[in-house]
Amino acid sequence: MFSRRDFLQWSAVVAATTGYAGGLTRVAAQQRLTQDDLLKFDAKGKVTLLHFTDVHAQLKPLYFRPPSENFGVGAFEGMPPHLVGEAFLKHFNIPAGSPLAYVHTMVDYVNLARTYGKLGGLDRTATLVKAIRAERGDDSVLFLDGGDTWQGSYTSLKTNGQDMVDCMKLLKPDAMVGHWEFTLGQDRVLELIDDMGYPFLASNIFDTEWDEPVFEHTAFYEKGGHKVAVIGQAMPYTPIANPRWMFPEWSFGIRPDVLQANVDAARAEGAEIVVLLSHNGFDVDQKLPTVVSGIDVILTGHTHDAVPEAIKIGKTLVLSSGSHGKYLGRVDLEVKNGEVVDYNSTLIPVFSDVITPDPEMAAKIDEVRAPYEAECNRVLAKTEGLLYRRGNFNGTWDDLICQGMIEERDAELSFSPGFRWGTTLLPGQNITVDDLYTQTSMSYPSVYRLEFSGAQIKDILEDVCDNLFNKDPFFQQGGDMVRVGGMGYTCAPKENIGNRITNMTMLKTGEPIDPARNYVVAGWASVNEGVEGPAIYDLMENYITRLGVVNMPKNDAVKVVGM
Amino acid sequence: MKLTRRQALSFSTGAIAFTIAGMRIGPAFANAEDTSAAVQAFSGGAEPQSGMMTLKAPEIAENGNTVPVSVTVESPMTADDYVESVAIYAEGNPNPEVVVFNFTPMSGEASATTRMRLAKTQNVVAVAKTSTGKVYIDKREVKVTIGGCGG
Repeated sequence: MFSRRDFLQWSAVVAATTGYAGGLTRVAAQQRLTQDDLLKFDAKGKVTLLHFTDVHAQLKPLYFRPPSENFGVGAFEGMPPHLVGEAFLKHFNIPAGSPLAYVHTMVDYVNLARTYGKLGGLDRTATLVKAIRAERGDDSVLFLDGGDTWQGSYTSLKTNGQDMVDCMKLLKPDAMVGHWEFTLGQDRVLELIDDMGYPFLASNIFDTEWDEPVFEHTAFYEKGGHKVAVIGQAMPYTPIANPRWMFPEWSFGIRPDVLQANVDAARAEGAEIVVLLSHNGFDVDQKLPTVVSGIDVILTGHTHDAVPEAIKIGKTLVLSSGSHGKYLGRVDLEVKNGEVVDYNSTLIPVFSDVITPDPEMAAKIDEVRAPYEAECNRVLAKTEGLLYRRGNFNGTWDDLICQGMIEERDAELSFSPGFRWGTTLLPGQNITVDDLYTQTSMSYPSVYRLEFSGAQIKDILEDVCDNLFNKDPFFQQGGDMVRVGGMGYTCAPKENIGNRITNMTMLKTGEPIDPARNYVVAGWASVNEGVEGPAIYDLMENYITRLGVVNMPKNDAVKVVGM
Repeated sequence: MKLTRRQALSFSTGAIAFTIAGMRIGPAFANAEDTSAAVQAFSGGAEPQSGMMTLKAPEIAENGNTVPVSVTVESPMTADDYVESVAIYAEGNPNPEVVVFNFTPMSGEASATTRMRLAKTQNVVAVAKTSTGKVYIDKREVKVTIGGCGG
């Protein structure tokens, strides 16, 4: 399955010459790593696929701490992407302290972040895309946008995704798929698709009235002398995970039978390579090749998993290219007699201090941000500890949000959705408006205040937990567990729905949650229409401004058992 | 804030039935035995076979109040051998019988689509009866969920 070799030579070289990077100065680390090193690749054949996904509207370089927990269940337990930290390093033979250890794990995170600097930035990605197009030839490269591109920042919220479309246009993607895009509403999505000038593909979106496809499902290209078909797949559970009322005429789903028909049709049209540009999530796309045949490569997004090379399932390669602009995924394919005979793949980490920004993209980013730049840079508070979001059960950013909702809305408990987007702040950094919006920018931000009975709270937790830990990945919606403020509990991911959540306890009093008693709960991102309450970003701006200095303690309110 | 009881109880429409069903007294929900008895009555006691009929339904309902389901039975649909009827059952609804489709050789194919309400996560069962006395069955579990937290 996985080759435990050193898949990136420079990774080992840097670590070997410097030793543990924690003690290395930033300048020294960066001198040893060059743009050419990052682009080094054992090219194959005449077709190159570049995969860029889940940037969540982050135009500028950022910190993004990988999770401490990312549990897998059933067939996926203990294998990538469900390996974190030391286990990940060991599995992929990555030396501790190396650049790859920094991009892929949270081991010694703060030290390594200070050593290697920020990742991403669309102007850096542009440099890589242009370099690879120049090296391979424009007629050999497909650049594909995996979606979750138009949501997640202050400027994307204020411009309804226009900032991202204007910037992405410069990179001339060959196709795109969507998920959070749909939360801009049906009309705005169609307007932006019209504007962007490249195909928006979805094999799995049908209108609710006539059950007919809403978008094109397949686009064909001639690349390196081969006919390539790209089929698109939107996030299958968008109407469940996000407000259906924002796109009421569109129905989603995995629809493997439709996909099989579209793959067969692409082959019948003469496609030598069939690529699925997918927003299914990594586990769904690991199961997919066992029920749909004939796909050569799945470029997968949604779950923000970053695995350093493609994995092979049957005859299908699956590459998961991370999130937030941290990586650019690359797959080269060699085709003979209409079949893929050889390949190579990698995730290129976008080290922002090593890669020269592309001037054209840098200027465009400045231009789209200009009207908002001063507001974006306004400082709200300072953090003494690390602020991050990713993790199956909690992250310090969500701990802060849960605490803010309890205090600002005078609630006993709070719920914060298990989103996987949002950046990281290192100890000592200022919290700016930009930073706050990386955690909260979205189109249904109202913070409700409601009473739920203890029994209802348990039902909600069980339901969300089953969306995360169902043994059948086709029932997993992506995202992490709903974050809970004011309450602790025990979770057994391997149990079935109804039996995973126990020992629900009010943290303040130490008393067990009473199924019959009502509790006042504040929460945000409800998928209901007409929810009333202040926007989460306004509530949190008030809260953290009032705090001035943020220091989130370690949170061990959730105990995980059986893993 | 003002929220109706329906909104307050659910994160999404799909959960309305789910949550309320768990709280209020009655109606009594059907179960696998009720459905099995209904299937027996429909098929006249013949042992149902799998494989010739395909029941399609979403893995997770986008809206529990209107879940699309479709059935297709492989059959020559001639005067000698055709599908007479297909019945659909929802194991967890207050009344498991959802619909019966009747066909004739003139139908050309035994295929039908409808939408149904599902009170909670449950099995949907389809049973087909042919003119030659054969009975086919297919089953799908459809999940009705709160959702609302996808990343």
